[in-house]
Amino acid sequence: MTEQLIVHGLEWTVKDLFVYPNEFIYWSIQIVMYPYMTGLVAGAFVLSSLYHVFGQKDLQGIARFSLVFSLALLPTAMMPLLLHLQQPFRGMNVMFTPHFTSAIAAFGIVFSTYAAIVLSEIWFVYRKFFVEQSIALKGQPGFVNTFKQTLYTILTLGAMNTDDAAMGIDKKGVKILAGIGIPVACFLHGYAGFIFGSVKANALWMSPLMPVIFIMSAVVSGIALCMLTYIIIMEYKKFQATLAKGRGDETVKELGGVEMDVISKTSRYLIGFLIAAISLELLDLIFRGYTAMKSWDILRSVMFHEDFTKIFILQYGCGNLLPFFLLMLPRPTIKRMVVALVLVLFGVFMMRWNVVIGGQAFSLSFEGFMHYNLPIIPHNLETYKEGLFGALTVAITPFIIFWGINKIIPSLQKV
Amino acid sequence: MSSSRRKFLKTAITGGIAASLPLSAFKLLSPAEVQASIGDDKVRWAFLIDIQKCVGCGFCVKACKLENEVPYDLPVSRTWVERYVVTKDGKSHIDSPEAGRDGYTSAKVRGDDIPPEEITKAFFVPKLCNQCEKPACVQVCPVGATYQTLDGVVLVDRKWCIGCGYCIMACPYGVRFFHPVYKTAEKCTFCYHRITKGLKSACVQACPFGARQLGNLKDHDDPVTHTIMTQRVGVLKAEYGTKPQAYYIGLDERVR
Amino acid sequence: MKNHAWRPLAVVIGAVALLLLVRANVVPSDFGVNGENFTYGFHRKGSIDDWKAVQIKYKGREYCRECHEEKVTENESSPHKVIECENCHGPAIEHPDNPEKLVVDRSRGLCLRCHAFLPYPQSHRSEMPAIDPDEHNPDQACADCHNPHNPNLEAM
Repeated sequence: MTEQLIVHGLEWTVKDLFVYPNEFIYWSIQIVMYPYMTGLVAGAFVLSSLYHVFGQKDLQGIARFSLVFSLALLPTAMMPLLLHLQQPFRGMNVMFTPHFTSAIAAFGIVFSTYAAIVLSEIWFVYRKFFVEQSIALKGQPGFVNTFKQTLYTILTLGAMNTDDAAMGIDKKGVKILAGIGIPVACFLHGYAGFIFGSVKANALWMSPLMPVIFIMSAVVSGIALCMLTYIIIMEYKKFQATLAKGRGDETVKELGGVEMDVISKTSRYLIGFLIAAISLELLDLIFRGYTAMKSWDILRSVMFHEDFTKIFILQYGCGNLLPFFLLMLPRPTIKRMVVALVLVLFGVFMMRWNVVIGGQAFSLSFEGFMHYNLPIIPHNLETYKEGLFGALTVAITPFIIFWGINKIIPSLQKV
Repeated sequence: MSSSRRKFLKTAITGGIAASLPLSAFKLLSPAEVQASIGDDKVRWAFLIDIQKCVGCGFCVKACKLENEVPYDLPVSRTWVERYVVTKDGKSHIDSPEAGRDGYTSAKVRGDDIPPEEITKAFFVPKLCNQCEKPACVQVCPVGATYQTLDGVVLVDRKWCIGCGYCIMACPYGVRFFHPVYKTAEKCTFCYHRITKGLKSACVQACPFGARQLGNLKDHDDPVTHTIMTQRVGVLKAEYGTKPQAYYIGLDERVR
Repeated sequence: MKNHAWRPLAVVIGAVALLLLVRANVVPSDFGVNGENFTYGFHRKGSIDDWKAVQIKYKGREYCRECHEEKVTENESSPHKVIECENCHGPAIEHPDNPEKLVVDRSRGLCLRCHAFLPYPQSHRSEMPAIDPDEHNPDQACADCHNPHNPNLEAM
């Protein structure tokens, strides 16, 4: 087998003016996906915690769903990193020999802590369900039932007590874990921002605001995705109910009412975080222009010439301003909400893109530019992994995982 | 000081000396063993580049690529030579075709003709890893796959590197890249396999004009150290606080 | 433990123990702080030896002299004495065992690395004896007229 020699980055980097020979867009689409996916995880978890910790009753309907959804998103926060690594089979080295002066070394630890918290919280929420299932399925014939019964029995971890005292403990457990979970979720994502913000060699990334900006936009995207998925699922339910009972049926109306209620209440939180995110990003931009350090010349030409469309039209215009107005307008409808939510998700994605790719759009020499051409049709492993299809794989996976998890722990039933 | 404490200190010190004496004083060491026992602590490698002397022949890049098995025809290199042509309108025309591997044989910069009468100054700048005192690339490696040796050279462990690219991002000088064969972070080692055997780095040896030199900063009789200590030298991008150890004579503010 | 609330914690502790067990078996024993401090010296010590073991390819003039004394001496009396033999002849590696014969670069491009005229007054380059490659016998190999080992123009 002859090894194909590939210069990582050569495939999709176009250089303009003077760029150092070894400079390429080393961090490509998967590193855009990575903070995007962790952001969704963190956002989904924060949304569920708002109910569990702060008792925001209006979020009750979406809380369980977003908790389970954040579990489904969890593995996909790791996926882009593995797809990006040049030595993916050595990925575990991060856990074996963490070098704590590196922001990435924290990944293994923070990520596992977070996973443990989410899993434990789900365990407390669903323990009663596990016990019930384990008892109900006992002795039922068929391989599937035996398998399910065994699975549920293992999931109970042997804690079969469901009296009031035990349930009280579960409730307390959920509350405590959700409480610890919020700072950990913020940390998980804040440090993703720190990974970029602490790179002193990169003029665009280096900013102490970066972690905070990342957390805010993470919460925005997480809430938006939860709302959107919730709408899709409720619409599907409505559609099924319509098929079964006809359009004018009570159940259909009721479902619609519940849906609109949950969505309009959740959207208030979305707007709040959106405002915070935009303000911080604008502050960062204004500050850079006002202080005008050595790097400002090249940053300005990247922002206002090379990447103007991506930053000001796609990210701020389509991704922030437009959905902001759509959400603020009176008499919200589901259709308008869907458009706004899709735009919000797109806007946060563009923000990640403009940070990750935009940060590599100029040479460290400040004398030239690099343009990124996303590989679309893959012709080798590298162009698949770090191309459009690699990114789509990452984007689709959480929904597949959610579908799987939902078979075991149903998160969409009314509590 | 109480007497008991003084007594304790006294015993501790004499005891310490007594314990260490047999090891060092009563053993005959061969010169090689003495060298070894001194260890790398007596060495701190540093590079000296004289921009005035560089003619842009690119023999250094050629030698580096062949010596260090960096695929010759791929556009990555551990070291490179940049050309700066400054014109009367104040513009810098900079290039480094093929990292300067084949030398500079044409006056065209990136395909553009520059009339000689327009040129106010022009020069060549060899670049390589600065083997920083405070290497940002090492600080950010999540797995401890890159490190600084006691004699001041930053190396990459090809068997442990996960290929995340964080070090490549963290280096302000753009000296790192992924090795096309090993798929791990790759960088200039000052030819560690040569300098630890008393040879010169491949690029230093290949340079016909002495534009590249390697020295030991801890040896005050070293001519390179003497030059760094007594001449006006500059470093690249000092503002990043990495304390680079490649010193330049005749550096221009336009060099980035 | 009576309270079932601690059971997830037990699972987590079990997972951590498993990780530590695997770690003990996977991580090389020489991994640790081998430099001055943790920040810059946390690594596998054997890696330094890996780097020291890289094969030397450029042997230097003295190695060439062992067999080609005459050529080296001739070269040393010329302005080209500053150029290492291997710059044009290629790295010796284990020559004459491997490779048996070195491939000499006789191209015009090799000579033009230094001798193509470039109008750069601040650099040593402009002091080089130089030609315009497009004007100066463009179709001929340099070595047809000039002896690379001793390019003395009077001796031509």
